[in-house]
Amino acid sequence: MDHSPNARAPLHNTGPLHRLSSLLYRKPNLYLALLLIPPLLWFGGVYFGSLLTLLWQGLYTFNDFSMTVTPTLTLANLAALFQPANYDIILRTLAMALAVSLASALLAFPIAYYMARHTQGKTKAFFYIAVMMPMWASYIVKAYAWTLLLAKGGVAQWFVDQFGLTAVLQLILGIPGVGGSTLSTSHLGRFLVFVYIWLPFMILPIQAALERLPPSLLQASADLGARPWQTFVQVTLPLSIPGIAAGSIFTFSLTLGDFIVPQLVGPPGFFIGSMVYVQQGAIGNMPMAAAFTLVPIVLVACYLAIVKRLGAFDAL
Amino acid sequence: MTLAVQFSGVSRLFGSITAVDRVSIDIEDGEFFSMLGPSGSGKTTCLRLIAGFEQPSTGSIRIHGAETIGLAPYQRDVNTVFQDYALFPHMNVLDNVAYGLKVKGIGKRERHSRAEEALEMVALGGYGERKPAQLSGGQRQRVALARALVNRPRVLLLDEPLGALDLKLREQMQGELKKLQRQLGITFIFVTHDQTEALSMSDRVAVFNKGAIEQVDTPRNLYMKPATAFVAEFVGTSNVLRGELAKRLTGSEQPFSIRPEHIRFADDQAAASGEVEISGLLHDIQYQGAATRYEIQLENGQSLSISQANDQWQEATPAHRPGQRVTARWARHAMIALREDLPHKGR
Repeated sequence: MDHSPNARAPLHNTGPLHRLSSLLYRKPNLYLALLLIPPLLWFGGVYFGSLLTLLWQGLYTFNDFSMTVTPTLTLANLAALFQPANYDIILRTLAMALAVSLASALLAFPIAYYMARHTQGKTKAFFYIAVMMPMWASYIVKAYAWTLLLAKGGVAQWFVDQFGLTAVLQLILGIPGVGGSTLSTSHLGRFLVFVYIWLPFMILPIQAALERLPPSLLQASADLGARPWQTFVQVTLPLSIPGIAAGSIFTFSLTLGDFIVPQLVGPPGFFIGSMVYVQQGAIGNMPMAAAFTLVPIVLVACYLAIVKRLGAFDAL
Repeated sequence: MTLAVQFSGVSRLFGSITAVDRVSIDIEDGEFFSMLGPSGSGKTTCLRLIAGFEQPSTGSIRIHGAETIGLAPYQRDVNTVFQDYALFPHMNVLDNVAYGLKVKGIGKRERHSRAEEALEMVALGGYGERKPAQLSGGQRQRVALARALVNRPRVLLLDEPLGALDLKLREQMQGELKKLQRQLGITFIFVTHDQTEALSMSDRVAVFNKGAIEQVDTPRNLYMKPATAFVAEFVGTSNVLRGELAKRLTGSEQPFSIRPEHIRFADDQAAASGEVEISGLLHDIQYQGAATRYEIQLENGQSLSISQANDQWQEATPAHRPGQRVTARWARHAMIALREDLPHKGR
């Protein structure tokens, strides 16, 4: 037998890279840790840490006269959320978020269903692009575009006039809590813009959920005597609820945090997002902004708890 | 005997591919009927045509005398046990089984008691509260069976239901399915690619090849009197001899089949009248437990299999060794003349 190092070299590569890869192979936990540490540092440290810091500032004191923040802990900011003026903002935002989520789900479902069940190859690609293309354009441009579309004498108004529905529009705009003087300054207009902007976030998760639905389940349902609508109610819909829940979490939380659309479209009046923006920017009341930041977090947490209680994640 | 299912000249085309090619079968009421064939032979498509998941391109399918063209699956009095079981993951076992009754508008109390009964029939009483994900493969298979049977269909379709089970469980389920079919007296149409399974369970078997039926017969006839070379080779193992070799042995070029277990090694005595002999080189011996298989290379290069039962309690020393020149012998009447191809093929 030849034991000289030269003869063994091809078998035992002892380079540092080789040793590292064998080490990682032998210790899979080390490998996993190396992979996970960077994202965990980012998520845990930078993201989560700064969020906690922000929320902690919600307990600081803001001096109205000197306009300064002192790190004296107080619950006054949180209590202030329940003052009628602030409470109104929260309710208005919450109602809009719920309405937008509901409408998005209703609009998105047929599109997602068609994409998942009736398209293939190029048609499917076309639908993917059609759904996502609006997201390629700047969000602010789209919001501004809608202010023009909905403005008095704008495209929307023109279409309504052409179809002779002017009276109907006036009637709708007259409903308190929905209307306003024109479409672009009404709650309805704001709602339309929100639905338009967040719709792709609803379509894609529902489409993914429907795509995962095995065709054999639908066949089994028909085989057992279920008519198409029964199959839809008993099988398709329950199994797509995780997708609807995921989509509605997007639309719900995105609406809760938005501060641009409420500024550009709809009647005057703050949303949670615009309140945070104004408090920390124009006024410099960081503690109050932080207190308002807590609201969407709590609302989304409640929303998730309710959705979970309804069994949305049972089929996952 | 009334007919449960009747195919008359049924074809199903997918684009330019003919999945089912002019199939005509009569399946009798109360029969355990198997559709056997390799994958892609059209057997599953035939099952789906009966269930209504596919519509035939031409021909007619009658279920208990009634034409089914244009009928949706929910309008047919048949139920299917799917290959992947297709249990509803969001419902517990009891609701899965009661599903067919629920969509027919049967009240909760009655459908739950009937579902519980069906579960007991497949030995899963008390499993109603579990979710399908909490069951083993064999248990899911039983739930799928109970879910189909609770509707009391006149015809039950089974699409390779045992394919995903391990061997022991599969053999046990074969026995239980057969027993269940006898008890209930309904027609079972069973699709499988496993010829042992088809032979051991069925009253009759249809052998599929390339979308067409090669032979429909009882398991015994299928094995003892295969009609075509395909059936002879697909059902069990067979030596199919053709051409010159066939002519030398039988006087005719028509191919014939001889089963390995019907061949024995020639002893020193001369061949008796009515016996055929052929010699070759023994090139492989496979010990298989109950039998030993010998592969003999014939002069024309073809291989001939001989199977000899190891039926002596004391194992004898093997009399033959690879490399030896041996002579095989069999009775002339053990040879089965075959059709090489179906008459309507080779268009």
